[in-house]
Amino acid sequence: MTTVGIDRVVYRQSRARRSTLVALLSTVVFAGVVLVAVSSAPGWPRVRDSFFNLRIGWDSLPALLSGLWLNIRVLIVCQILVLILGLTLAALRTLRGPVWFPLRALATGYVDLFRGLPLLICLYLVGFGLPGLRLTGLPTSPVLLGGLALVLVYSAYVAEVLRAGIESVHPSQFAAARSLGLSYRKTMRLVVLPQATRRVTPALLNDFVALQKDCGLISVLGAVDAVRAAQIESATTYNFTPYVVAGLLFVALAIPSARLADWVARRSATRQGAL
Amino acid sequence: MTAPEPLLQVRGLVKAYHDRTVLAGVDLDVAEHEVVVLIGASGSGKSTLLRCIDLLEEIDDGRILLGGRDISDPRIDAEQARQAIGMVFQSFNLFPHMTALGNVALAPRVVHGRSRAEAEQRAHDLLARVGLESMANAYPDKLSGGQQQRVAIARALAYEPKLLLLDEITSALDPELVGEVLTLVGELATAGATIMMATHEMAFARDVADTVCFLDGGQIVESGSAADVLDSPRGERTQRFLQRFTAGR
Repeated sequence: MTTVGIDRVVYRQSRARRSTLVALLSTVVFAGVVLVAVSSAPGWPRVRDSFFNLRIGWDSLPALLSGLWLNIRVLIVCQILVLILGLTLAALRTLRGPVWFPLRALATGYVDLFRGLPLLICLYLVGFGLPGLRLTGLPTSPVLLGGLALVLVYSAYVAEVLRAGIESVHPSQFAAARSLGLSYRKTMRLVVLPQATRRVTPALLNDFVALQKDCGLISVLGAVDAVRAAQIESATTYNFTPYVVAGLLFVALAIPSARLADWVARRSATRQGAL
Repeated sequence: MTAPEPLLQVRGLVKAYHDRTVLAGVDLDVAEHEVVVLIGASGSGKSTLLRCIDLLEEIDDGRILLGGRDISDPRIDAEQARQAIGMVFQSFNLFPHMTALGNVALAPRVVHGRSRAEAEQRAHDLLARVGLESMANAYPDKLSGGQQQRVAIARALAYEPKLLLLDEITSALDPELVGEVLTLVGELATAGATIMMATHEMAFARDVADTVCFLDGGQIVESGSAADVLDSPRGERTQRFLQRFTAGR
C-alpha cells in the first residue's frame, strides 16, 4: 500500500475511535440525566414501591414462573396446530376445479370470520359457551378451550399470510414449471410453496410472537397461567410488581423469537446468494 | 415421394386479450430439424405465439398440431403435450430456491419418473454440455445472466423435447453475454434440434435460420429463407422493419 493509502486508513481508524468515544460519553450523560430526573421526581418513591418492589417481585417469581410454564406449553401446542391448520386453509384456497368449490368457499368464509372476530369474544364463546352446552365428551378445561380459541383465530391469520406469500411468487415461475410439464399440484408443492414460505417466514414469526403474548389471555377463562398468577399475587400483596415481572417474562420470551426470525431471514437470503 | 408431415402445424391461430387481438390468424409449419426464426417489432405477437404453442395461453381460434395431434384441443391432457415441448424464457425463470443442478434435474425426476441419481447424472452431463459443470451446485442468483440462460436451456433439454421454443432469450442479457448463449443455440441447431425462436439478433438469424418469419399485426406477413426475407424482403412492412435494424448499425 502506498503512503497515501496508509494515511487514509489511519485517518479512518482515528475517526472511528472518536465516534465510539463520543457515542459512549453522550449515552452516559443522557442516562445520568434521565436517572436523576426520574429519581428526584416527587412521586418516584411511590412509583418504585408499587411497580418495582424487589422483595415482592422476588417472592412472586416462583408462582409466575410456574404460570409461565403453562403458557409455554400452550404456546408450543398451539403453534404446531396453527401452522397445520393455516397451511391446510391456504392450500384449500389454492385448489382449482369446480369439485373443490365448497372447500374453497369454506376456507374463505373461515378466514373472513375468524380474522374479524375479536379474540376475546372467541375466547368467551368457546371457553364459557361450549361447556355451558353440557355436552358429554366435550372438554371443560379452560386451558384446552382457551388453546382451541387461540388456534381458531390465529390459523386464520397464518392462512392469510401464507396465501399472500403464494400470490407474491411471480407468474413467470408458474409458467416455467408448467412449461416443464409439471402438474398444477406439483407446481404448487415444488415451485410455488417453497418460495412462498421462505418469503413469509418473518411475517409468520411475527404472528407467533403475537400468539406468545395472547397465550396470556387464557387467564380470562380461569386458567392459572403467568397473568392469572400475577393477578393473584398482586391481589394478596396490594402491589403491581407481580404484573411488571410477568410482563418482563413475556418480553424475555419474545426476544429469542425475534432473533430467530432475523436469523431465518438472513439464512435464506445467504443461501440464495442475495447477500 | 411425399414430404414428411411437419412436426408442428399452426393453423388459423387467433389469440386476443380482452378486446386486443394479438394473433390474427397465424399459419405456420415447422419440419423436424428445422430452425424457424420469428422476427418482428415488439408487440407483434412473437412471444404470444410461442406461449400459445407451449399451451401457456388459451387460444381463441385455430389449431396447433404437434406430430399430427391437435394439442390445442381442451379435451387432451395439456401436461402431456407440454412434455414434448421445451421452452426458454426471456427472463430465464430459473427456480431461485434450487441449485442449477436441481433446476435441470427437476422435470426428469418429478414428471418423467427418473430416479434422483439418474436425473442428476443426466443434469451433470447437460450442464457440462452448456459449459457450466463447475456451477452445478450454485443457486441462480450467483450466476451471471448468460450462465442463468444456459442453465435454462439445459433445463429445457433435460427431458429431450421434440420442439424447443426460445423466446427472445438474449434480450435480457448484457451485450457481452449474448454470444455465449447464441453459440450454444447454434450448436443445438447443428446437432439437429427442432427450434422455433423469437429474436432481434438478425446476424444470428441469418446464420442459423432455415426459415425466417416476419410477424406484423398478429400475422406472418412474409416468410422464406433467411437470404430471401432478410436480404431482399418483398413486403413493404418487412422492408421498413429491417431498415430500422440496418440504420441502427
